[in-house]
This record gives sequence, structure tokens and C-alpha cells, in this order.
Amino acid sequence: MGLVQLQRQLVDYRTSLYDEGFLDEQFTQLQELQDENNPDFVVEVVSLFFEDSERLLNELSKALEQQIIDFKRMDARVHQLKGSSSSIGAQRVRQLCIVFRNYCEAQNREGCQKCLQQVKHEYSIVKTKLESMFQLEQQILNAGGSIPV
Amino acid sequence: MNWFINGEFKDPKAAILGDSGSKMWFTCWDEISNFSFKIHHQYYQFIGSKRVCKSWWRKLLFSWVIGWTLASVWIFCCICSHATEKRKETLASMCDERARMLQDQFNVSMNHIQAMSILISTFHHGKTPSAIDQRTFARYTERTAFERPLTSGVAYAVRVLHSEREQFERQQGWTIKRMYTLEPSPIQEEYAPVIFAQDIVSHVVSLDMLSGKEDCENVLRARRSGKGVLTAPFRLLKTNRLGVILTFAVYKRDLPSNATPNERIQATDGYLGGVFDIESLVEKLLQQLSSKQTILVNVFDTSNQSYPISMYGSNASTDGLEHVSHLNFGDPFRKHEMRCRFKQKPPWPLLAISTSIGILVIALLVGHIFYATVNRIAKVEDDCHKMMVLKKQAEAADVAKSQFLATVSHEIRTPMNGVLGMLDMLMDTDLDVTQLDYVRTAQASGKALVALINEVLDQAKIESGKLELEEVQFDLRAILDDVLSLFSGKSQDKGVELAVYISDRVPEMLIGDPGRFRQIITNLMGNSIKFTEKGHILVTVHLVEEVIDSIEVETECSSKNTLSGFPVADRRQSWKGFRTFGPEGTMHPFSDRINLIVSVEDTGEGIPPEAQPRVFTPFMQVGPSISRTHGGTGIGLSISKCLVGLMNGEIGFVSIPKVGSTFTFTAVFASGSSSSKEYKSQQINRQSNSVSTEFHGMKALVLDPRPVRAKVSTYHIQRLGIHVEVVSDWKQGLSIINRGNNVIHMVLIEQEVWDRDLNSLGLFINNLEKIGHGTPPKVFLLSNSINSSRENTATGAYDLTIISKPLRASMLAASLQRAMGIGNKGNPHNGELPSLSLRNLLLGRKILIVDDNNVNLKVAAGALRKYGADVVSATRGIEAIELLTPPHQFDACFMDIQMPEMDGFEATRRIRDVEQNINNCIQFGELSVDACNNVSNWHVPILAMTADVIQATHEQCLRTASAMAFFGVNKFRFFPTGAFVFGCRVYIESYA
Repeated sequence: MGLVQLQRQLVDYRTSLYDEGFLDEQFTQLQELQDENNPDFVVEVVSLFFEDSERLLNELSKALEQQIIDFKRMDARVHQLKGSSSSIGAQRVRQLCIVFRNYCEAQNREGCQKCLQQVKHEYSIVKTKLESMFQLEQQILNAGGSIPV
Repeated sequence: MNWFINGEFKDPKAAILGDSGSKMWFTCWDEISNFSFKIHHQYYQFIGSKRVCKSWWRKLLFSWVIGWTLASVWIFCCICSHATEKRKETLASMCDERARMLQDQFNVSMNHIQAMSILISTFHHGKTPSAIDQRTFARYTERTAFERPLTSGVAYAVRVLHSEREQFERQQGWTIKRMYTLEPSPIQEEYAPVIFAQDIVSHVVSLDMLSGKEDCENVLRARRSGKGVLTAPFRLLKTNRLGVILTFAVYKRDLPSNATPNERIQATDGYLGGVFDIESLVEKLLQQLSSKQTILVNVFDTSNQSYPISMYGSNASTDGLEHVSHLNFGDPFRKHEMRCRFKQKPPWPLLAISTSIGILVIALLVGHIFYATVNRIAKVEDDCHKMMVLKKQAEAADVAKSQFLATVSHEIRTPMNGVLGMLDMLMDTDLDVTQLDYVRTAQASGKALVALINEVLDQAKIESGKLELEEVQFDLRAILDDVLSLFSGKSQDKGVELAVYISDRVPEMLIGDPGRFRQIITNLMGNSIKFTEKGHILVTVHLVEEVIDSIEVETECSSKNTLSGFPVADRRQSWKGFRTFGPEGTMHPFSDRINLIVSVEDTGEGIPPEAQPRVFTPFMQVGPSISRTHGGTGIGLSISKCLVGLMNGEIGFVSIPKVGSTFTFTAVFASGSSSSKEYKSQQINRQSNSVSTEFHGMKALVLDPRPVRAKVSTYHIQRLGIHVEVVSDWKQGLSIINRGNNVIHMVLIEQEVWDRDLNSLGLFINNLEKIGHGTPPKVFLLSNSINSSRENTATGAYDLTIISKPLRASMLAASLQRAMGIGNKGNPHNGELPSLSLRNLLLGRKILIVDDNNVNLKVAAGALRKYGADVVSATRGIEAIELLTPPHQFDACFMDIQMPEMDGFEATRRIRDVEQNINNCIQFGELSVDACNNVSNWHVPILAMTADVIQATHEQCLRTASAMAFFGVNKFRFFPTGAFVFGCRVYIESYA
């Protein structure tokens, strides 16, 4: 595959992510923070986000399996998830977190379970999408090209 | 309810109907009570708490109505029975009277007949031959008939035994005949043929009395008893009227009163009979009494109880009142009675009806009034309740509106700040002239918008009651100087003279809210500037006590004697309505409250009278054209009024079109003593205070013929510690200087004077230089900058320094320093920061970021690093406290508010405590300043990071940590674009 084609593909792919609402301008701003002093900034942040989110999601799943649910703690975790997702611009996850927090406040077990499933689902989608985007970028870099803005 | 009232009005009807109505009456009440119970039920559900009371009133009302209805019925019955009783008595007495008379007359007649029987016994049987024959008897009876008015005829029958019949018949010359048939009598044991008869009844002569059934019975009973006996009433033979026959027996000899019936029968000689016409008898009697009309009389023979035989009177049987009187006609065998009845039916008991109905109506009316009153009260209470609910709703809606407004304004302000910051930064970059102009325009509009939003936010805050005033110590004079400099540019452009005068008696330091005070002043002055094209704007500050004292004395306030010579609206008119000046003025001379009265006087176009009443109404302007020509939203004055209210003051104004307006307000502050450390000292304009010492002991001469203006100048010069003398022309001035006992260091000449007599002043200045008191005084020209074009030509020849108005202490001091050569140590502050490129915005700054979220931490750190900052990260509040314990190298700290274990507020509070401790230690020498990086006052700027926009958080930030700045609303939105970082820079600068 030609380099130019790869670059076009990346641009299209990225646009589709914005268009479908997976990412918002925060991600753009994150990309702007990356410069020659800090070349892997986005990847670092995003992988930190993956790490963090997976931990949080695991904890949430466990918490929901308990007989007695500590909704306050759950709320704090969802709040964290919301914070980090908005930091990287994972818009859909953030919005789901807002709903999730409402359920936590209402102490609604079923709502929480449903929400957790949705969050997990959205999270895995955004993760796959981001990973494939990074792969594309890596391919371009390996081919000796530069990443189009 | 109508039904209920109808039901009530059925009562009297029911009462009239009496017995038959009572049933209906009770059903009525049943229905009423059922119905009203339903009403009650609904009513109770509605009212609830007042239930018991209501039901009590209801019961009272019902018992009242029932009670009075019964009472009126009872009264009706009473009166009726009383009337009936009376009627009965009347009837009884009339009846008895008639009966007695009848009886008497009858007895008289009877006695007469008895007397006649004795006559016959004496003259017929006692003499032989008989002294009486038929003719004699007939004549006698005829002539004595007047004595027996009741008898229509008398006859005498003799007792004849069968054995004597033939002889008797022969003697009399006729045979004994049977009654009715008139045939010769068949053979009997004895006979009683009539031998004498009155002419009227002569047809009965020779008839055998024993052959008639009634007569026979009568005859037998009479001779047996020896008394007069009566027959039952029967139709008389001839007249066909009802009559009775009275029969007496005539005996041969006088019999003892206890003789046996047999002896009496044996001794019987004959029988005397009289016919009584009862009907005519009674009729005559009633005619005598002449009250035939009123009563109806019936006479009955009641010998046979079950079949009374009517003797007189009609048979019309009317039920009703009847009285029975017994008659005694002397025959024990026969019983008679008289029954009397009223001819007319009893009249309607009108009195009883009207009385009872009247009482009932009164009672019902009273009940109705009572009912209506209770109902009315209930209704009013209901309405009141509803009103309360509505009021609450309206208030809630109002609060909600204000809150919405506050939130929205806040939301708008945040991005606007971003826009402004960006524009600011844009201006730092390389732009050509056109671009720069665009940016300036954009920035000016942006600032106007923010100002407007701030005003709206203020208004909303005031309306929702969220606005609270600060209590800090501040310097009133410094604030007014600030405001003056704010407007000086504008006033100079327009050529309007701007001046401030503060009375000496106003304390140096006050405690209150300087920001809000400044806002009021700015507002009023802004308005004045807007509408004034020539003349002046003068702000005066006095103590209220001063003004009250001078209110009568101050007569010199003529329209000519003003700052610029233009007439003004008399400011005394503007505080006419103030309570403070009223008789109940709340002045406490002993308290430490300082009552200030501030007037802003201008010579503008004034407010048209029709617009004056709505000056303080929000969004009201004089007319639509005003906002077009002068801009503004029209809420400034409304906000000012609210703020003045919060300061326990009042605001008022007077305005004369084409002359000017004067706004006056009062405000209450506490007196701030500079020694007390309780209040955070506002550190504005520290320079002006420090500067003032340099001129202490100097003397100045002000040359100004206009007292008000001279007073203002004096005020400002005195603030620098300079002694001032005022003269109205240069000759006076010269004489003062020549007196020589005190050295004049400077002479300040008003521009107006200068322009007027330029030549003589030139002479004056020359004279000054010749007087040999060491250095000659410096000459200054006080000038409105409008004339600045002239200054070159006018002042060129002399050694003059021009001081441009408005006068301010700091500006004046600077001018004097420059001219007099006193050491100018002032450093060029006022932030002429070197233009930084974006990249170096935070270069060299050491910043701590505290956030529990790793991702956020990383992003924030990345953003700050991008702008050159040296970033340290911490994930927990406790770490931050350790890192920020002095001495440290951090320039600022970014703190997440929401963190587990210890939140941002708590962490900030602890950091402040630690800093305070260290500072105290340094102050008391327990810690050397060297050990703490030569910083004696530790106070690291802490910026809160949060995504929550709510008002509460902002307020909490302010409350918790005196310097926890509330930044950026959304912590990420402006990160990489720079505005946020720019804001940080400004913030850190202001603290560093």
C-alpha cells in the first residue's frame, strides 16, 4: 500500500471517529500538546487511559456483584472514569458516565448494571478504534512518512 | 348553598301548616342536614385543620335555627289555645245564661198550671154541683193566657171508671171517643175523657186521654208521682210544631207528701194537661237576648241517651266548639239539654301567625347573618391561603428566574473571558494596522459585553438575595482617586471638569465593601459623564452629621458659585426624602458607624420630568433614543439603589432639564482604625500614602477666585501634608508672600485666572522670582486638558509646570516631585511585562498539579509543560501539603476539588494553616528568613480545578481559602488553546 494512501486512510478514519461522536475536540487539543520534546504524548496518555479504565471497570463489575453495594464508592469511580474519558475526549463514554452517576445517586442497581454494560461496550469500541488508529499511524511512521494533521 | 337557604325559608310555611306540616318539616331538616353534611365533608377536606372549629359553628347555627323554629311554633300554639279557651268560656257563659232563663220561664208556666189544677180541684170537684163548666173554663183560661206565655192551650180530663161511664155519658151528653180515630171508645177499665178545654184546643173535648199512647203514659205517670210530668216532644196536632205536654194529676183530697203511688192512684180525680210550644218558647227567649246571630242553640230531649230528640234548632251538624247546658223542667224522668255553638267558624289566629312568623323571620335573619359571616370568614381565609400559595409560587419563580439568569450569565462570562484573553494575546502578536484595529474593536465590544453580563449577574444576585457585602478595611480617598483616573480620559476629551472633594471629618480608613462602593460611584459618574457636554462633574463626600449641621447655615450655595460656573441642581433637594434627615433620623452619635453622604453633581442635560419616577427601575431608560446615542442597559441605577440599600443607605436625586442632575446617596460604614488587624487591609495605592510624607511642612498658595474649586484643590494638596492658603487674585497673593514670615514653596494658579489676566500674572511671577527668600516658589498651572493646545503659547515664556485635572493625590504628588526635584524613586510598575510568546508563557514557573485521576494529571501536566512550566504532579491532597510546606520553590498549585480521602478545599485549608504558622514563626523571629528562601510571607496561589460550574463551588472556593482562585469553570476546555494558561499567568503575576 502506498504511503499516500495510508495517510489518506488515516485522515478519513480520524474524521469518521469525530463524525460518529467517538471523539471530540479535546482529542485534537491532546494531539496539539504533542511535539518533538514529547513525541509519544498521545499514545502515553491514551494507554494510561486504557489502563486506568480497565481497572475502574473491573472494580465496578466486582462492586456490582456484591450483595450490598457501596454506591458512594461506585460514584467516585464513575466520576474518575468520567474525568479521564473527558480528558482524552472519549465523548460517548463520558456521556454514559453522566447517566451512570445519576443511577448511582438514585441507588438503582439495575440501572447501574445496564449502564456498566453500555460503558464497557462503548469503551471497547473506542479502544479498538483508537488502537487501530495508532496502528495506522505506526505503519505510516514505519514507512517513513509523517502523520498528517 | 342556595338549596340550603331555600330549605330555611320553608320553615315558616311548615309552621303554619301545623300538625300536617310537621312531617314535611322534619323531612326537610333531614335533607338539609344530609346536604350540609356533604358540604362539610368537602369543606373539611379542603380546609383540614380548621375542621373542628367549623363544625362547631355549623352545629351552633343549626341548633339556633331549630331552636327558634320550635320556639315560634310553641308561641303560635300558646296564643291559639289561649284564644280557643277564651272562646269556649264565652260560649259556656252564654249557653248557661240561656238555659237558666228557659228553665225559669218554663217553671213559671208549670207553676201556673199547677195552680190551675188546684182551682179545678176546688171548684169542680169540691163543689156540688160543680162551679165550673166548659164555657167558664174556656173563658177563664182564655183570659189568664197571658200568665202562661209558653202554653198554647190547657185541657182538663176527668177520671171515669167503666162502671160510671154510662152515667157520665148521659150527664155530659156525648160519648167518650178514642183519640185520632174519633170513634166511640171501646170498653176499658177506666177512661179519661177531656171535659174542659181552652178554646184553642176545644177539639180535644170528649177524647179519651188514655187512648193515646203518649198521653196515657203521661197520665199514668202523673197520677202515680203527684208531680207534673212531660211527654217526649212531638208534633202538635194543629200547628204541627214541636211541643210537649205537661200533665198534672188532680186528687180528691190533700195527700201527704209520702203517700204511696197506689194511694195516689185511688185518690185521683182527673188530669190537667198543658201544651208547651218549645220552639216558639226558645225563639222568644233568644229574641229577648238579641244575640241570636252569634250563637246557634239546639235543645234536645235526652231521656233516651242514645237517641236524643231534637226539640229546637237546626240539625246542621258542624263539628267544632260546642257547649252543653243541662235543663231541669221539674220532671225527673225526662232529661233535657241545651247545646250551643258559635254560628261563625273561629277567625284565623292572625295575631299568633304574625307573632310567630315575625320571631321566626328575625331568628332566621340572625342565623343568616351569622352563617354569612362565618362563610365570609372562611372564604377570606381560603383566599388568604390561596394568596399565600400563589405568593410562594411567584417568589419561587422569581428566585428560579434570578438563579437561571445568574447561571446563564456566569456561563456566558466564562467563554467571554476566553475570548478576551485570546484577543489580548492576539494583540501581542505581529499585526498590521487594520488587523490591530479589528482586534481593538472586538476587544472593546467583548469588554462591553462582559460589563453588561456582570451587571446582569449583579442584578440577578441582588434579586435572589445572594449578594453579600464584604467587610474589609479600605481607603475611601484612594478609591475615589481610582475612579477619577478611570474617567479622566473621557472628561478630558469632552472638556468637562472632574473633581472630588472629601470632607476632613471623613476618617482615613473605613470598613465596608470597597468594590461595591466603587461600583456605585462609577455608575453615577459614568452616567454623569455620559450626559454632560460642558461644565463639570463634582463628587463630594461628607459625614451626614456635617450636612445636617450645615443644612440651615449653608446659604451661599447660589447657582453661580459652582465648580465651573455653570448653574447646577441644588443637591439639598436630592436628599429631601431621606429618612436619615427626617425627625426619626437614625443617628447614633455614640456608635462607631460612619454615615457618609455622597453627592455626584453634573451640569448635563438632566432627566426629563416624565422619566424621573422610573429612574431606578431596571432596564428603564429615558427613551429608546438614549440607548442608541449613549448606550448602556439601564440597570446601573437600579443596581446602585440595591447596593445603597445593602449599605443601609438611601439614594435620591434632583434633576433640572438643561441644567443638570445631582444624585445623592448615603451609606453606613464602620470606622476602620489602622491598628486593628482583624480586617484584611486593602492594599490599593500604598504608594500615595508613602509619598505624602515627602511634602510635609511645605506651604502652597492657591490662586483661584472660585471658592468651590479652590476648596477641591485645597483638599487634594492638603492630602499631601502641604499647608494651603487660598487667595482670589494675584495682588493678595503677592502681599502674603511679601509678608515674609512664612515661606511659600509653591503657587498653584487656576487655568481660568491665567487665561484672563495673563499680563498681570506675568508680572506676578516675575515678582516672585525677585523676592529673596532663598529659592523662589515653584509655579504650577492647574489646567483642564481641553486647553492643552494653548499651553505652549501661553506658558512658554515662564517656568511653569502644568498639572492636568482631575486632581488626584498620587498624580499631584508625582507632578510636584518631578517639578521640585524630590527624589523620584518610583519604579515603572503597572505591568509593562515584556511581550511573551505563547511558548514561554509559563517559562521557569514551577507548578504543582494535584489530581487523583492519572489521565487528567498527565493531560494537565502536558498542557502546562507545553507553555514552559516546570510541572510536579501529585495524586493525593496529603502529598500536596507536604510539597507545599515552606520553604519550597513552587510558584503556583493547581488543585482538583473532588478527590477521595482529602478534597481540594480541605487540602487548601491545611496548606494555608501551615503557611500561617511559618509566617508567624518568621515574624516572631523563631525562624530566620534566610532559612525560608528569603520569603517572609508565604502564600502560594492555589487554583481550583473543577468541571462543576455551580455557584456554590465558587462561593466555597472564596470562603475556604482566601486565595483559592476559581478558574476556568471547565478545566480542560481552554487548556491547550492558551487562555487558561494565560489566566494562570496573570494570576500568578498578581500574587508573585
